Amino acid sequence: MDAVNIPLQTKVPWAVVFSVSWGSLRRRIFRAMITMIGVVLGIAFLTYMLVNDSIVKALLAMKNDAVNALLQKAGVDILQSGTDTMMLLLIGLSLLTCLVGIINAMLMAVAERIKEIGTLKCLGAEDGFIVKTYFIESSLQGVLGTVCGALAGLLVAVAVNVLAYGGFVFQVFPWLAVVKAELLAFFIGSIMSVLASIAPAYWAARKQPVDAMRVEE
Amino acid sequence: MMMELIIKAEKLTKIYTMGAEKVYALRGVSLDIFRGTYVSIMGPSGSGKSTFFNIVGGLDQPTSGEVTMDGQRFGDLSSSQMAWVRCHKVGYIFQSFNLIPSMTALENVAIARVFSGLTPAAARKDAAAVLEQVGLGHRLHHIPAELSGGQQQRVAIARAMVNKPEVILADEPTGNLDLHTGEEIINLLGKMQKEMNITVITATHDMKMLAASDVVVWIRDGQIARTAKRDEIKIEVGTIDGNTLA
Repeated sequence: MDAVNIPLQTKVPWAVVFSVSWGSLRRRIFRAMITMIGVVLGIAFLTYMLVNDSIVKALLAMKNDAVNALLQKAGVDILQSGTDTMMLLLIGLSLLTCLVGIINAMLMAVAERIKEIGTLKCLGAEDGFIVKTYFIESSLQGVLGTVCGALAGLLVAVAVNVLAYGGFVFQVFPWLAVVKAELLAFFIGSIMSVLASIAPAYWAARKQPVDAMRVEE
Repeated sequence: MMMELIIKAEKLTKIYTMGAEKVYALRGVSLDIFRGTYVSIMGPSGSGKSTFFNIVGGLDQPTSGEVTMDGQRFGDLSSSQMAWVRCHKVGYIFQSFNLIPSMTALENVAIARVFSGLTPAAARKDAAAVLEQVGLGHRLHHIPAELSGGQQQRVAIARAMVNKPEVILADEPTGNLDLHTGEEIINLLGKMQKEMNITVITATHDMKMLAASDVVVWIRDGQIARTAKRDEIKIEVGTIDGNTLA
């Protein structure tokens, strides 16, 4: 008997994959928000540190006595400015926490949808479809959280510095450095979210059609 | 009438290894299923009924033995080809309906059609037509949580039918429904079977399903205990209860 007369299953267009992911995300919007808050905080912290650092550097470069007095009052070491290792460690830790948060949230999302994945496979879904939908769903949370976090961090950094140094901040606002900081934060956040999405998506795709028959505990 | 074979199960065994212990769920089950018939598989839980049902439907692999559908051995197919078979040749209906909660009735049916290669727009059109057929034309845009059990099972039937399968596999399709709704679902399945010459295979405890069946297969301890044709069942209605509920 030849296997030739059974064709390969057709691939599902990306637009459908995307709308399925978006639908699942929307249904769990509350939990998605909580996961996203983790990412928002981590990325906001990173952005705040980067933007704050570049604003302070720009103010120092003014070599203005009034500004220096304000800087000293704020506790900035005028003679020696450098990146604080302790701060880098803190940022690293907070990012690691978000990474674990996304993985955890997505693994739970897969665990509670094993039956749904099995059902989709009964309807003719291939592993690739499942990987794509879960990957996009997970990445979307991370990337949306990253965008919000990068904006929030920027706003807070600007507000804090304006409160401390007033109009001086705008005289020397380091546009280029701030844009760079935003891009860096977006890049780090997106890479992190995508990395965190790989394992849950593959775990989801490993579920079998027979899992559709599962009795929910 | 010459009966055409659609599914042939040959010497199926399934062994689960639980720790050091081997559990024999199936001990060599063979069965021929003919096109257009309504087959009910009965058996107490733990009898191997579900395992047999899942293997025959291409959802699970046997430890040994072969399932052949339309002359095609499942064991020879790649995973993509098996996905094609599940999509085009088999429709699945589940005890707990298994609709995707985030999708509307229309989307639940359309997704099966999209898997068969249609564009989303064409898929929705077909899905709407089939939902109309099962009497849900007015509930297209409701999500499962807004539908009653009977309506959800109708959506599931529409989803199973939309790709015009040759076989419908229904696992306790009336198990979560009240008597009256269950009867409606059985009638709907029976109607589809007759009008479209679909082969219906159900795993069931439901006595009402027996009356609609052409063949009833009892499975016990991983083996077929007995097979009965429709005319034999009617004569023995009095004894069936004792046989199956034991």
